[in-house]
Amino acid sequence: MFSLQGYGPSILEGTYLTLEISFVSLFVAMLLGICGALAKLSGSPVLRAIAKLYTTVIRGIPDLVMMLLVFFGGQVIVNKVGPLFGYNEYIDINPFVAGASTIGFIFGAYMTETFRGAILAVGRGQLEAGYAYGMTGLQVFSRILLPQMVRHAIPGFGNNWLVLIKTTALVSIIGLDDMVRKAAMAAGATRMPFTFYVAVAINYLLITTVSIYLLKYLETRYSVGVRRE
Amino acid sequence: MDFAIIASNIDIYLEGLKNTLILVSISLIFGLVMAIPLAVLRTSGNLYVQAPIRAFVYFFRGTPLLVQMFLVYYGFGQFEAMRESVLWPLFREAYFCALFTFALNTCAYTTEIIRGSIVATPHGEIEAARAAGMSTFLMLRRIVLPSAFRRALPAYSNEIIFMLHGSSLASVITIIDITGAARIVNSRYYSPWEAFLTAAVFYMAITFTIVFFVRKLEKLWQRHLMPLEQLDTKIEAPSI
Repeated sequence: MFSLQGYGPSILEGTYLTLEISFVSLFVAMLLGICGALAKLSGSPVLRAIAKLYTTVIRGIPDLVMMLLVFFGGQVIVNKVGPLFGYNEYIDINPFVAGASTIGFIFGAYMTETFRGAILAVGRGQLEAGYAYGMTGLQVFSRILLPQMVRHAIPGFGNNWLVLIKTTALVSIIGLDDMVRKAAMAAGATRMPFTFYVAVAINYLLITTVSIYLLKYLETRYSVGVRRE
Repeated sequence: MDFAIIASNIDIYLEGLKNTLILVSISLIFGLVMAIPLAVLRTSGNLYVQAPIRAFVYFFRGTPLLVQMFLVYYGFGQFEAMRESVLWPLFREAYFCALFTFALNTCAYTTEIIRGSIVATPHGEIEAARAAGMSTFLMLRRIVLPSAFRRALPAYSNEIIFMLHGSSLASVITIIDITGAARIVNSRYYSPWEAFLTAAVFYMAITFTIVFFVRKLEKLWQRHLMPLEQLDTKIEAPSI
């Protein structure tokens, strides 16, 4: 039962794609998260309202619905807009782009909350001191806020990352060859679905377990300057 | 946007709403009922009792719900023994497989949530219960669990919402829940925006209803922890 019938390399390829889409979505999510957190804490009521709307809507809609909306809905929009620019062939939306941008968009909202908390945990006086030295906003952000907020952001960030990896399984539904879909194909060919889904489950467990240890290391690394309780 | 499509297919969506609500509520109830004893055993049992519970929680929290569902729905049929057992008529049904997976999944998360809040019980409360001569069971019933539930409520409300979102996966194994309804409408009319935005509106409505009721429950359970001025309705003299 535990033989992969020669489909091992194929599953491994899928694992590689799972990791790839995880990292791309994480990158998108972190960008959106930082923007969202800064918007939520900004003085402009318009920016605050947009950020609030963003996090509320994401909390209310399932990931799968969002992904299907982007994948199928995006297809319709792209093909309506295409001819306007003189492009008349049918355009297929790349499932990788649809998957990564949707997952990034969803986790951007969670990251917004995490980063907002982390920014608030850095003392106001520190930022004021930076401005008092004549630093620009960008300098205060990159020299004072960012290095100190990382420590507070890591636990929430780690949790988001672990959930994100598991969410990438959904891309198999929109036809991307991640490890779940590779397993489904192997299962169809060999009639051994249990074996292949267990193999995939073990892969996910390996990825999450390694992530947990790396995150623990990062947490201690960034807390070096702080006394442990 | 063509609202006529939604209006003429509202029956499918209502059918989907019914299935989503049934799936979510039944799996939440079973998950919670199983999670309470598991959480208690996980905190107080010896290592041999703890190990299988830990493994169960580790597996269900470390793998995607989709993979778990495939494992049950497609995977169990791989075994001759399973196909000939009395349970096969149940596990052959997509609906039962979804319920089974969701219940176990939410059970694992809930076990961890309740365990966390049991561990956070102040030592003094347990010592006082012991000093008053309570048995372990009585102490759990009167002291530990009530305060643990109170502490667990915010995290558990998140779990309810995650379960609601997770239930959309049932549409992948042919069940017509809200997402399933949207997929049917989309494939019939090829109008993804109408189909999926309607589903999104349904889910948002359920989410915010849940949040509303959890807030009410929080106010009720944590009344003694609230600042006083929020509780009193202020009586002011009419201004002249």
